[in-house]
Amino acid sequence: MSPNLPQINRLATGGRIDRSKPMSFTFNGKTYQGFEGDTLASAMLANGVGVVGRSFKYSRARGILGHGAEEPNALMQLHKGKETIPNPRATQVELFDGLTATSTNGWPSAEFDLMSLMGKIGGKMMPPGFYYKTFMAPQKMWMTYEKLIRKAAGFGKLSLEADPDTYDKINAHCDVMVVGAGPAGLAAALEAGRSGKRVIIVDEQNEFGGTLLASTQTVDGIDAATWAEQATSQLEGMANVLVMPRTTAFGYYDHNFVVALERRTDHIGPVAKTGTRQRLHRIRAHQVILATGAIERPLVFGNNDLPGIMLSNSVSTYINRYAVVPGQRCVIMTTNDSGYQTALDIQGAGRTVVAVVDSRQTPNGRLVEAAKAAGIQVMAGHGVIEAQGSKKVMGAIVAPLDEAGDKVIGAGKTLSCDLIAVAGGWSPVVHLSCHTGSRPVWKDDVAGFVPGPSIQNQHLAGAVTGEYLLSEALNAGIQAGATASGTTSAQIFDCGDESIGVSQALYLVPHTKPISRAPKQFVDFQNDVTAAGIELAAREGFQSIEHVKRYTAMGFGTDQGKTGNINGMAIVAKTMNKSIAETGTTIFRPAYTPVTFGAIGGRDVGELLDPARHTAMHPWHLANGAEFENVGQWKRPWYFPQAGETMQQTLNRECLAVRNSVGILDASTLGKIDIQGKDAREFLNRVYTNAWSKLAPGKCRYGLMLKEDGMIFDDGVTACLSDNHFLMTTTSGGAAAVLGWLELWHQTEWPEMEVYFTSVTDQWATCSFAGPNSRKVLEKLCTDVDLSAEAMKFMDWREGTVAGIKARIFRISFTGELSFEVNVPADQGHYMWKKLMEAGEEFGITPYGTESMHVLRAEKGFIIAGQDTDGSMTPYDCLMGWAVGKTKEFSFLGERSFSRPDTARTDRKQLVGLKPKDPTVVIPEGAQIVMDPNQPIPMDMMGHVTSSYWSECLGHGIAMGTVKGGSDRMGETVYCPLADGRVLAAQICSPVFYDPKGDHHND
Amino acid sequence: MHHIYCPYCEEMREEEEYSYTGEAHIERPKDPAAISDEAWANYIFFRSNPRGIHHEMWYHAAGCRRYFNATRDTQSYKVHETYKMGEMPSITAQTLAVANLSEKGGAS
Repeated sequence: MSPNLPQINRLATGGRIDRSKPMSFTFNGKTYQGFEGDTLASAMLANGVGVVGRSFKYSRARGILGHGAEEPNALMQLHKGKETIPNPRATQVELFDGLTATSTNGWPSAEFDLMSLMGKIGGKMMPPGFYYKTFMAPQKMWMTYEKLIRKAAGFGKLSLEADPDTYDKINAHCDVMVVGAGPAGLAAALEAGRSGKRVIIVDEQNEFGGTLLASTQTVDGIDAATWAEQATSQLEGMANVLVMPRTTAFGYYDHNFVVALERRTDHIGPVAKTGTRQRLHRIRAHQVILATGAIERPLVFGNNDLPGIMLSNSVSTYINRYAVVPGQRCVIMTTNDSGYQTALDIQGAGRTVVAVVDSRQTPNGRLVEAAKAAGIQVMAGHGVIEAQGSKKVMGAIVAPLDEAGDKVIGAGKTLSCDLIAVAGGWSPVVHLSCHTGSRPVWKDDVAGFVPGPSIQNQHLAGAVTGEYLLSEALNAGIQAGATASGTTSAQIFDCGDESIGVSQALYLVPHTKPISRAPKQFVDFQNDVTAAGIELAAREGFQSIEHVKRYTAMGFGTDQGKTGNINGMAIVAKTMNKSIAETGTTIFRPAYTPVTFGAIGGRDVGELLDPARHTAMHPWHLANGAEFENVGQWKRPWYFPQAGETMQQTLNRECLAVRNSVGILDASTLGKIDIQGKDAREFLNRVYTNAWSKLAPGKCRYGLMLKEDGMIFDDGVTACLSDNHFLMTTTSGGAAAVLGWLELWHQTEWPEMEVYFTSVTDQWATCSFAGPNSRKVLEKLCTDVDLSAEAMKFMDWREGTVAGIKARIFRISFTGELSFEVNVPADQGHYMWKKLMEAGEEFGITPYGTESMHVLRAEKGFIIAGQDTDGSMTPYDCLMGWAVGKTKEFSFLGERSFSRPDTARTDRKQLVGLKPKDPTVVIPEGAQIVMDPNQPIPMDMMGHVTSSYWSECLGHGIAMGTVKGGSDRMGETVYCPLADGRVLAAQICSPVFYDPKGDHHND
Repeated sequence: MHHIYCPYCEEMREEEEYSYTGEAHIERPKDPAAISDEAWANYIFFRSNPRGIHHEMWYHAAGCRRYFNATRDTQSYKVHETYKMGEMPSITAQTLAVANLSEKGGAS
């Protein structure tokens, strides 16, 4: 590292940088040097870097405009490879040794950009809405165009490799949350902290102090920056105050919920050496104080986007905080007093102030007088109407303006300069207030929008309210802090800053030519929106500010209109002869500045993205090569392939094993709800379609659960354990919803019933084994229950001992075969499974997964709620009228809806079986069903296929589906036209393909 | 994200513990068979959709598993009160309108 690289714009003394700690960095491949305390932007300016990127649409050279979150141009690509970070603003990147940065756009380089030719030649061909106008047709080409546009315009690029950093999230609560640690925020936090309240204060910068850090003023006689340091150390010394620098409160949500992003290591290097790179703070505050300040507005004049045109207070900040003067000869264009402070700062730094050009006819006030006294030339009643230069400012054309600032009223002259500082007034940072749904309110005296009436426990202090004096900010901070803490304070600060002149509201500096003919007057730098573009949008009939925004893209992008919006809205209003209050503003949504997805994800990534539920037998499934499928959060074995098998071969083998001998399924995931109480039985009567009054202990029954509209919502088998005690099973995915449903009815409609519901899904493991040899397997392990067909009938359950473990044995079947389910406490499930596998070995017991289960049940025509039903199927639509009690005393949930005319129609979509005409075909699930495949599109859609499989047992494809009036269409041929052009024919049949009489499960 | 007081737990809890479960005070007809199709359809399908005060049910799904009622402003999302199942709201659109009126009267 060479310590003697010239920093041509660096001052010898002053600033909050440490000249003993030089840091070298590269920008677009060139090495430069800055100091500790610099931002990337201040270091670039110190080295005279002018062009930092190319503009979005016209590819114009752009330089640094601001010094903080408002910066629209200096978007950087930081670091390399998988460490790369797209789009941070150079103004918010703290410099560290070895930092590498490149422009996010510009090809082949930002300095020499071929695409700018497109801007120059194509400028007239790229009016607002050019995407819509140019690329709408032919539609197919849009994708192609979009890729080209993105490459040409481009913001930063993401690495496609995994993020090497980790992130996390933390919850916090406090009494008073202060957003912003400028003068108002510091004063508010001090007052709240002194009251003993729990306080959190956040600020996006590395140092607390905000504008105080770059101020030449004093607070009660103390130098402003020193006062900020003292205030910060006081806060740090309070045990009840949490001080968080480098933390951006980017979203303000309902009920005083503030989300803030803390950048923990971004200022040290590309990847966090230890711990997390960034942390998301989720803060619930009793009271929130917004001390978010204001952003200076640029002025809109010809070529106002040239590098070397900067916000006036940013120039002051670079001088006072970073000891960088970004030019030699400066013209200041102002509409208010703040430009004069910058003039004094530039002169104080030993550079030339060519002139302060003030649009006001008779500026006065303390700063104006001070500038005049310092010998600075003031051109009152003038404006910079156009900047000259190509890649940097070479001059400013200055002309006299009329009093309203509407017209140029005399000849212009050119002032030679390399820096134009613009002070167009201030826009309060209303963003966070907007997030809560409060619409900002226009105030003429502020010439800006201020936060509207607060709808939460929210307080405001400082420049966000449109009060810009330092003393006003400090005093308002004290009062906000006191109010939020429920105390009072009479503290008043003296900053000697009274006597400020009245500002002029000037949103577009007139040119000698009309807007459409003048050189481009930029409003939104990041999105290349010009005054002419906005005027055109208004002329084309876009009257709502929201429409103008979307048509022109004003306020889009990572910038969200921080510098451009107010000028743009004012131009819209003027074009339409309305006031700004009448046209209103677009509002801001979170996030205030971009937030990394890493921080939003936190630790909820990879295997922690979503909790995974494993059954007790999961280790066995893993060891035996199961493929898994997700059912809700459960990982269920899907199928158990053996070496060399295709999936279909596996399914065929598994299904035949069940039909011919015995197969075993892990059914632990089925929802299980324990229901007890003297009214449990009556409760079941009310929530199920069928009758439960006579179900005896030791018996099970299948039940259908309906919503009040009569549509199937869940199903399952419920066992009577004792007179007042039942065990309900639900679908694997529906368990939580069913529990909530039962609680809903108990707690809201029938609280007088004595019944209790407890989820026991996780407490029991369930081994389900099916097939003609299933009884023989169980008999080897269970000797204390008579398992004979006569003693233990289909739909019976018994308590017994299986492999030495106390178990509940259910004789129920979802396969159509003789079948048992053994329930044991979950911690014994793995053991039970292994014992059953051992006992079944001589019969070739075959583990099978959910896919074979689906095939087996479809062969029997059993529905799966949620697959064959979709919330629009009644029991009758599913041919399950047999499961509906006709003489139940209580009108069970959904019963009344059966007689609604729409529910009672006979031409409703009804469940059917579908047998493909070509037996080798398996119709894709979801295929639409039509009666006439030759009908022109749009065809009459008669239904769709809900389940479809190859049945090895039957030797042909089988399917279930819904067809309008399907029950009366037995034997008819229907067609499934597919996207690939094939049309598959099928015959409507009963959905029960296998063993229609049910002999097998009754064996 | 809402911050809601559970009247059973007697604590403020985060919205993610709760599920919203629809309009409150919809009573199931005592004898469904006796009412018209229209009355039944009103009961199962039709809900008020006010801009402003709304009485609604919440379910403390990840907490005490109790259903309770809330009086909430659908525009500002302000939760005016929560109350137990079976109780009636103390704040309604009407009481608020009266309160606002007297406030204005008092100010003039």
